This record gives sequence, C-alpha cells and structure tokens, in this order.
Amino acid sequence: MDPYVLKTLNEERRARRAAVLVTDLGDGRDRIVREGDRVAGELGAAIASAFRTGISRSVEAEGRTFFLNAHLPRPRLVVIGAVHISQALAPMARIAGYPVEIIDPRTAFATPERFHGVALHAEWPEDVLKRQPLDSYTALAAVTHDPKIDDFALKAALDARCFYVGALGSRKTHAKRVERLLALGASADQIARIHAPIGLDIGAASPAEIAVAVLAQTIHAFRSRGLESKGAVA
Amino acid sequence: MDESIYLDEARDPLIIAEGWMKDGKDVAIATVVETWGSAPRPAGSHLVIDVEGNFHGSVSGGCVEGAVVTDAIDVIGSGKPRMLEFGVADETAWQVGLSCGGRIKVYVERLG
Repeated sequence: MDPYVLKTLNEERRARRAAVLVTDLGDGRDRIVREGDRVAGELGAAIASAFRTGISRSVEAEGRTFFLNAHLPRPRLVVIGAVHISQALAPMARIAGYPVEIIDPRTAFATPERFHGVALHAEWPEDVLKRQPLDSYTALAAVTHDPKIDDFALKAALDARCFYVGALGSRKTHAKRVERLLALGASADQIARIHAPIGLDIGAASPAEIAVAVLAQTIHAFRSRGLESKGAVA
Repeated sequence: MDESIYLDEARDPLIIAEGWMKDGKDVAIATVVETWGSAPRPAGSHLVIDVEGNFHGSVSGGCVEGAVVTDAIDVIGSGKPRMLEFGVADETAWQVGLSCGGRIKVYVERLG
C-alpha cells in the first residue's frame, strides 16, 4: 500500500467522509476514490455499488482483478424531540445499525427514565450541534412540532447535506414551515429535500408505527443516496 | 453492539499502521479480499503486522493470524505482495485451522 494513500484514507475516515480504496491485485497499485468522483466503465459501476452498499469485494473489470474496500462512515440518526415516537424509534434504529441521539431542551421530555440507554441531550439543538456538527452521514428527524426547537435543526441539516431530513407535521403545518425556512435563508431546492409529512406512507397510526415509517424512509434515503441528485454513475 | 460513530483510534488497524510508519517501522497490511461460506471476518478486514511480528486487527477469528504474520514478515523483506488462501480444502489451512468451515483469501502487501 502506498503510504500517502494510507494517510489520505485515514484522514477521510477520521473526518467521516466515505472513500473506496481500489487495489489492483495484479500489480498492487492502489488509489482512493471519494464519493461523487466519476470513474468510468465496469469498475465505476462496481465502485458506485460499493459506496451504496458499504460492501467490500473483489471485482473483475477491464481484464484485471481489483479489490474494492468500502470505508463508509457509520450512519447515525439525530432526532429533535424526546417524544413518544422517539421512544419507539431509538431502539428500532439502533438494532437496524443507526445509532440515535435525541435532542430536546424540554427537560420534562428529555429524561433518562423515558430514554433508557439512549444518548440524550436536554439542551437546545443550537448548542448540541455546535459541539457535534451534522454531516452527510447523519439523518435528522424533527418531531417536536415546535418551530422554536425544530427550525434551527432543519436548516442546519439542509446546510450539512444530511442524507435524510424529515419533519413531522401535516401538509398545512409544513407549508408554514417552508415560509419560515425561506426566511431563514434556505433555498427552495434545499427545502424540497425535506420529507414532510414524515415517514414512508404505510398508513402508520400509532407512535411506534410512525417510528417504523421514519426508520424505513431513513434506510431508503441512505441506500439510494446520491442516486437522485447526481444521476446515474457511469 | 458498537455504538460509536467515530473511529476507535486505539484499536483501528489502519490508524495503528500509520502510527507505526511514522515511527519508522516496516509494516505489512493483510486484507481479507474474498470469503466463501461461514468466514468469521468479512472482506475488507485488516491485520497489520510490523517486522518484529507485532500485530493488530484480525482476518479470522484468531484461526490463521499466526500463519499470516509469518508470511507478512517475508513480504516486508521482499516487498512482493502475496495472496494467501485458507480453508478446509487446503491441508495447511486445516492445520492452522479455519475450523468454522469457511474459506478466505488474504492479500498481504508491504506498506511503502
């Protein structure tokens, strides 16, 4: 392995950015491909698949054998609101491989008794996100219904290009939210990325069912990320 | 279940390999590049080895690491990468023991 390649790879991994290390198993030469880099042909298609699935494997392409080692940051889910839905969402998401952090400044909601074993911040999103910024391997679900708590986090999630942004509330509630986010400086394209009403349409009724819908939508967004905005990767 | 979203710098093989390199040590990196059956570690797993035989990480459940370390020290000397195969079909591998019944291919290369 090229020492410079190793150094660069570790920098990417520390910064929670995805990278695929491509090693030619014939001559041992290696290089790093970052998410969004264009690679043509069969090898490019295999690399795109490695980014999507996170699965490392050997591939035959252009008459050579390459090993693709996919280094994807661990996805996580930040939930704004320590509410009933979040109580169901946190354990489900953790089992699915998406560790959850919950932020809610209302200390009556954000109690360890209600969220046993969950990373919980009884603080304003502004303060928590300053310490632990969002990134493109983070999903954000805003479920408080309260603009004072949700809006800042939603704007931050759009700016950080979170792979999923969802907001609880009816279409009418969301229409008002759109106005407020525009006033905060979000663009129409950014706002269009918000999933609202939140969750896949499975007819969810109870808080736990809504949690399933949110988790399913998060997983779908993660596994299809980059496909809508960048078009098909050659 | 590992909950952390950040690298475990103290145990991450590639971070350790970089540290060894900075300390001026000769290092080999072994990577699982193919698996069949019930292999204990998935493709992409690393074992990093220095010339004195110190190692971190894993390419199996501890079954074949000893054999990989021996080859890695040769690779550090020669600079030529090697492809190793372990599995129940292979007599040497049976001796070093992938008793779980899986087969793995491990690519061993020198760092630099």
